[in-house]
Parts: sequence; structure tokens; C-alpha cells
Amino acid sequence: MNFQTCVNIQKEWDIVGARQLGRDRAKEIGFGTVDQARIATAISELARNIYLYAGTGKICFEMMNDINQKGLLVIATDNGPGIKDISQVMEDGYTTSGGLGAGLPGVKRLMDEFDIISDPGKGTEIRAIKWVR
Amino acid sequence: MDKQLKNLVLNNSDSIVKKWLEEISKNRSNEYTSTISEELFESTNREFVNVIFTSVDKQRITSELDDFSERLINLGWPLSYITDGLQTFRRVTIDFILTQSEKIDSEDFAIVLDMVDNWVDPIINQLVNEYSGSWEHTVSLQRVALQELSAPLIPVMDNITVMPLIGTIDTDRAKLIMENLLDGVIKHNAEVVLIDITGVPVVDTMVAHHIIQAAEAVRLIGATCILVGIRPEIAQTIVNLGIDLRKFPTKSSLRKGVQTALELTNRRIVQSGNKEDGVEKLLDSLNKE
Ligand SMILES: Nc1ncnc2c1ncn2[C@@H]1O[C@H](COP(=O)(O)OP(=O)(O)O)[C@@H](O)[C@H]1O
Ligand SMILES: [Mg+2]
Repeated sequence: MNFQTCVNIQKEWDIVGARQLGRDRAKEIGFGTVDQARIATAISELARNIYLYAGTGKICFEMMNDINQKGLLVIATDNGPGIKDISQVMEDGYTTSGGLGAGLPGVKRLMDEFDIISDPGKGTEIRAIKWVR
Repeated sequence: MDKQLKNLVLNNSDSIVKKWLEEISKNRSNEYTSTISEELFESTNREFVNVIFTSVDKQRITSELDDFSERLINLGWPLSYITDGLQTFRRVTIDFILTQSEKIDSEDFAIVLDMVDNWVDPIINQLVNEYSGSWEHTVSLQRVALQELSAPLIPVMDNITVMPLIGTIDTDRAKLIMENLLDGVIKHNAEVVLIDITGVPVVDTMVAHHIIQAAEAVRLIGATCILVGIRPEIAQTIVNLGIDLRKFPTKSSLRKGVQTALELTNRRIVQSGNKEDGVEKLLDSLNKE
């Protein structure tokens, strides 16, 4: 089974909805409290970026079931302005909104695998996986 | 034709009401009215059907209808009671009219349906509007109530105040935290403010940023801010995010925070009386139980 569940991000409170669904999924898969908090925080960062920089988008969850490990895949997609220089936004402290600029590099550290695909003018897709250990 | 139909229905209101009451009582098994007493259910049904008939008779939304819906809303009757009741009325009335006429062609049939819709739909619209208006009102009141709860400042001792935060922090709430913090520090003449985040479920960079800004603002007006109630999993995520909280004091618990606050204001808690005495008294009191 590899079904996907998604939460649309349109208003600020949708971030909370995405976070809650992600935490529930993480609990089901068997993550401990600390990893649940890491996953919820990563979702919060990705969802807020969608809300702030793209306006709308969605956060989807997929359970990963490899032969020897289980995990949670989080996919954040939007049709916003996209990111021109990916290595720049991955630098700690880089922000265009007066924030802390720690969101994306933070998500990379909170999760085990992290991948950005972005088309300037078309949108952004970020995929991040956390494995159960 | 309209007038004829209307008179037919009004003159036979007794049998329509009878049929309607039968149908409605069948719905009684629906969970929503099961907590309502038999007498109240029956008297409400009678009143409801009378109100419908007056509206049909007068061809407008009557003040009786307004009064009736206001009472139902106040008593907490579900909207489905009203919509079910009116749909049943529609069905029963159409049935009745059709059985009264020997021969009906499809044109007549359409006229009857149209007619009855014209009676029922305005009433449904009116009542649904009143119900949703009352819900919106409730939601907005709750929003205000929630806002009052959202960033309280408690003066616990001279010059020491605590702000316990519980629940999600969004942008609106973050603004409120800052305002209340600064107002409170001045009003209570606080030297130390403890922000307790035990009840905040997720501390992401946005929340951290607001807390850092609030602490900085507190420092600018001459007081110190201590962050307390950092749960172990939150401490780890903050470190992962790469947020540097070293610049301002943090303590794991409110208790430790208060201790530090006392030290900062040159005070400490001392045990009164003899220590051994205390232990003996405690043991004594335990033995008595
Ligand atoms: N979904 C996105 N679409 C377009 N730009 C983005 C998106 N997410 C992040 N960015 C850009 O990357 C920068 C860094 O993001 P982040 O690390 O989350 O820090 P912050 O949100 O505090 O600025 C943002 O300021 C923004 O310019
Ligand atoms: Mg961000």
C-alpha cells in the first residue's frame, strides 16, 4: 500500500492541519516523540513557505515501505514563483522576507533525505523523507 | 389555479397536519431528537406545522416564523429538524394534492410541484439563514474569547511576571504576545518575564523568530526575558533548525526559571523554621493517617 494523502494550503491555519495529519501519519508508522516533533516542524516550515511565497499549494504524505525500512515521505508542491538559486536558499540565514532563513536548511537537517526541484516562474516541489530507526 | 390549490391545502390542513405528524414521529428514531422529551417534541411539532401553514396562508415570512426559529436556535435544536420537517411537508402536501385530483397530466403535475416549492423554499432559506447567522455570531464570539486567553501575563511576585503560552502560535497571536508582553512589563513594573512554552506543540522558525524578537524588545525596555518549559523534543528540533538561543537565558522548567529570576532580582527562597523540625512534623502527620 502506497496511498497518498494531501492537505491543501490556502490560509495560515491550513499549516496546522498539515502538521496534524503529518504527525498522525508519523505516529501510525511508529516514529518516536522526538522524530514526530522533527517531522511536524519540517512540515510546518514547508507549509509556511508555500503560504508565504507561493500563496497556495499542497502538502502530501506517503508511507514508505522498503524491504528493510519504513518511513514517511513528505511532498510540498506549489505553482508559485519558484526558486532561482537553490544553493542560495539552502544557506543558513538566507531570507527574502525578513525571517530567520533557517527553514529550508533546517528541514534538510530534520529529515533524512531532501530534494528540491524548482522551475522559476512555474513552481517548486520539495520531497523529504524520514526513516524509522 | 394557484388560489384553488392554496385553498385546497388550507381547507384540508387537518389531514395534512395529521399525515405530517405521523411522518415526523417516524423520524423520532433519528438520534438528534432522542434527548428531547415526548411532550416537548409533540408541542414543538404542532407549533412548527402551524407556523408553516400561516406562512403559506399569508404568502410571506411571518413574525411567528421568526419567533419560532429564534426559540429553536436558543434551545439548540438542530437545523436538520427544520429541514427534515419542511421536506416532509413538501412531500406530504404534494401527495395530498395529487390524490385529490382524479386525473393529472404532466403539466398539472409540474404546476403543483412548482407551487409547493414556492411555499416551502422561502421558509427553508429564511431558517437556514437564521441558523447560519447565529453560528457565525457564536464563532466570532469564541474568537474573541480565545484571543483574550491567548497571551495572558501573570504577575507572580514583585517584579517577576509569567506568560504561559498554550496552543498553536500564528501570526496574529505572535503580535498579541509582543504587545501584551511590552504592556505588561511596564504596567507591572517587571524586571524579569518568564515565557513558558510548555504548551506550544511546535516551535518552528517562525515561532522562534517571534520569541527572539519579543525577548529583544523586552531587553530594550530594560527587563530580562527567560524562556522556560522547553520540552526535550523541542530542544532537539530547535538545535536541528540551527536556531541559536544562546543569546538569551533558557531554563527547562518554570520552577528553575523562577529561581533564576529571583537571583536576578537579588532574592532567594529560604526555608522558615528549623529544617529537622519540619521533617519530624511531616513524618508525624504521615503516621497519623
Ligand atoms: N515554495 C517556495 N517558493 C518560492 N520561494 C521559496 C519557497 N520556499 C522558500 N523560498 C525562498 O527561500 C528563502 C528561504 O526560505 P527559508 O529557508 O524557509 O527561510 P525564511 O522562510 O525564513 O525566509 C525564502 O526567503 C524564499 O525567498
Ligand atoms: Mg521559511
